[in-house]
Amino acid sequence: MSAHPRASRYDAIVIGGGHNGLTAAAYLAKAGRKVLVLERRHVLGGAAVSEQLYPGFTFSVCSYVVSLLRPHIVRELQLARHGLEIIPLDCSFLPLPNGDSLARWSDGERTRREVARFSPHDSERLGEFGLAMTKLCRFAKQIIDNPAPDPASLAPRELLNLLRLGRSMRGDPTDLRWLNFKLLTTSAVDFLDLWFESDQLKAPMSVSGIIGTFLGVRSPGTAYVLLHHYMGEIDGAFRAWGFSKGGTGGVSMAIARAARAFGAEILEQAAVAEVRVHGGKARGVVLENGDTIDAEVVVSSVDPNRTFLQLVGERHFDTEFADQIKRFKLRGSSGKVNLALDRLPEFSCRPGDGPHLYGDIAIAPSIDYLERAYDEAKYGDFSQRPYINVVIPSLVDPSVAPPGKHVMSCFVQYAPYDIKEGAEHWPQRREALGDAVVDTLAEYIPGLKESILYRQVLTPWDLEQEFGLTEGNIFQGELSQEQLLFLRPAAGWARYRTPIDGLWACGSGTHPGGGIMGAPGELAAKALLASRRL
Amino acid sequence: MPVPTPFHPRTSGLCQSLLWKEWSGYYAVRSYDTCHEREYFALRHAAGLIDVSPLFKADLRGADAAALLSLVTVRDLRNLRVGRVTYLCWCDDDGKVVDDGTVTRLADRHYRLTGNGPLGAWLARYSDGFDVQIEDTTEVYGALALQGPMSRAILVDVAGAGIERLRFFRSMSGRIGDIPVGITRTGYTGDLGYEVWVERDHAVAVWDRLFAAGSGYRLQPVGLDAMDVTRIEAGFVLCGVDYFPAHHCLLDTRKSSPYEIGLGWAVKLDREPFVGQRALREEQARGVVWKTVGLEYDWDDYEELFASYGLPPHVPSAAWRDAVPVYDRRERQIGQATSGTWSPLLKKNIALATLRTAHAEPGNRVRVEVTVEYERRTIGATVARTPFFDPPRKKT
Repeated sequence: MSAHPRASRYDAIVIGGGHNGLTAAAYLAKAGRKVLVLERRHVLGGAAVSEQLYPGFTFSVCSYVVSLLRPHIVRELQLARHGLEIIPLDCSFLPLPNGDSLARWSDGERTRREVARFSPHDSERLGEFGLAMTKLCRFAKQIIDNPAPDPASLAPRELLNLLRLGRSMRGDPTDLRWLNFKLLTTSAVDFLDLWFESDQLKAPMSVSGIIGTFLGVRSPGTAYVLLHHYMGEIDGAFRAWGFSKGGTGGVSMAIARAARAFGAEILEQAAVAEVRVHGGKARGVVLENGDTIDAEVVVSSVDPNRTFLQLVGERHFDTEFADQIKRFKLRGSSGKVNLALDRLPEFSCRPGDGPHLYGDIAIAPSIDYLERAYDEAKYGDFSQRPYINVVIPSLVDPSVAPPGKHVMSCFVQYAPYDIKEGAEHWPQRREALGDAVVDTLAEYIPGLKESILYRQVLTPWDLEQEFGLTEGNIFQGELSQEQLLFLRPAAGWARYRTPIDGLWACGSGTHPGGGIMGAPGELAAKALLASRRL
Repeated sequence: MPVPTPFHPRTSGLCQSLLWKEWSGYYAVRSYDTCHEREYFALRHAAGLIDVSPLFKADLRGADAAALLSLVTVRDLRNLRVGRVTYLCWCDDDGKVVDDGTVTRLADRHYRLTGNGPLGAWLARYSDGFDVQIEDTTEVYGALALQGPMSRAILVDVAGAGIERLRFFRSMSGRIGDIPVGITRTGYTGDLGYEVWVERDHAVAVWDRLFAAGSGYRLQPVGLDAMDVTRIEAGFVLCGVDYFPAHHCLLDTRKSSPYEIGLGWAVKLDREPFVGQRALREEQARGVVWKTVGLEYDWDDYEELFASYGLPPHVPSAAWRDAVPVYDRRERQIGQATSGTWSPLLKKNIALATLRTAHAEPGNRVRVEVTVEYERRTIGATVARTPFFDPPRKKT
């Protein structure tokens, strides 16, 4: 089955109906351009997608929480009017194997009391840590909300951009600047060591530095992403981490409704076979069903590897650029297990229903546990006892499960794309990964196995085959230092343009990267409109 | 000292934050949690149950009940059919609003009026010669607002499938278990929602039934702080905050006409005489001086203002009701913003404001006072249409 577009020529064709592609399309359509979005799958959303895989249960199949969706995008595209509703995560819960547990709340005093059971010292330093992170966030906000600065350029505008970035640190005392430098270079654990002593606090905090990377919590460069958890508090997104009503697909659907309201045309089941390039210029696309569609510009929201090497073809690029794209690290490191449950999961450490279950739940009992999980992955196996980030959205959004029943979403790391048998052997290992996850969780939730009505296991191989994420990388490219800012996806090409005239990029593989932020789509569309190429 | 409502045995056990306020002489929960946030989101994503028993209630029975209500209020109620609810206000002789509330026609000759203040004396003032018995039922009934997208499913569970057919601003009688209740599809959150009216002796039992059915739908008890955020998102004015009851105002300038508080649509001028009619006609001829409007603060301005102090933007954690001045572009005062909130859904600072009519057109640019670091400054804002948030499920 395939769909056909209404016209044969558009101002812009957006490849991929994920949240970034849709965001770009909405901004372009809002500016009056004739836009067509082409989605390969039967459902919009890309990795921000909700699907009813089991009757009555709606799963956020891949991406499971909304992170830093830019608040100005919510306002500019009127997403609330188009159905966007985000419920903040109120708690981070850490069950421990010894029957103890730690819950960190948005209520600071309550958190302090909880942490004091493990370390009175740490409990009293939480405030200082939060203050330091808030100060550092100002720098990060400048980075997220603007195109990447280009330090290699001496053009006045580039220098001005660098100056503005520098000015965001103006007035910061020297020690804060040193701290910023540490944040950009050290490991998540080393950075947290500057404040805290207790494993039970540091382990669950450190994992935000490794999500979607093939790195461990003690690997240098993992501290930076810690900032994202504090960003929401300063940028008007307030309580930015949350569940989208109806699953993360709710975000994509709201953006799609906005795009359509602005006049964009969106097609599902319309897989792009190639980007047509003639004379060094992108002219349009050819669909897998053979349809040829012309466009002034083609905007790709799929990952850099797929865009440049598969849809365009290596022959159209200089060797240097093609090599950069080939070296761009994807190497997916995570999987996903989605469960439909016939009852509320009962944690033996804190039985029963309660607000400690309404946020995210981390299986990350110690730093060594996390490092051991990484060790297995380094040598080509998935972790037998992985880091798992669990959410039970049905506890705050009753629309995703029948009354009294629940959906449980488990993000699993590490599950390396390149297992030692070879990535193509993942289908034979898939259920073993699922078993490892359920076995791990059952150590904390004794009745879990009996309550499972349905289980979906997504390996990095599945993320690639089903969702088009090359090597199963959830961020379309690791969010590691050497792949951020002016290096994302390639040096000199971080401004959404590409070496092909008329071909632009707007996915998570561009600055500022992955997560349900919408920033790459928005910044790409604004850059394209400012270029007057359209 | 406030007194407990009929639901106090349940609300007092659940209100672990001990955050209470006084509402018309009753104890009312501000928020069950230390912060109202979870309750706000329950109202918008699941369902919340709010004890609204302190609302004043009067039951009017008799052949002339409709005639009396049509004389006292701004609406002609003789055409209101059984099973319908209407929203309205009532005025003094000068056409200034005394209070606002709802009228429900429960049966052929039986109406219920609700209000923010006592109703009996005001009705008695006009009831001579009417065939009507007025009963103050404030203490007779407890009232619960069951609000939010899951409210219908919960009510169907406890009161039967007939609820599915109950349309917006309609009323029905039903049973929860074997307890007779009145159910109206009304509320103060601007969302899908119902209000349940029950005799006080059965109040706790109805509460328990609703929670037993509601647990699968993530029903939560909700206090007034969360409701205040939703009512501003819905653009509803609050008596005593956004306007003041005329019979309690020391200054004439404090009083408002229905046209000035956004209730002009409820006034039916061309009919038999009613209290305030002459004055309202004159006001219409003269031109309305003030308008109540929505304001959306400019986020960029707001952020820049805070940044100029080296601060990240700070949004109020709860709805505010300390009025602040509103200026035109030349910094001349043109009115005041009377209540406002950060809208977590819209990612906007919004407010209700009373502005001079000339400045009240949607899209008009104004400046509003914001205090940062003890200093009073102004930022840009835009006059907006209300409701700010209006989900289709409210009426479907």
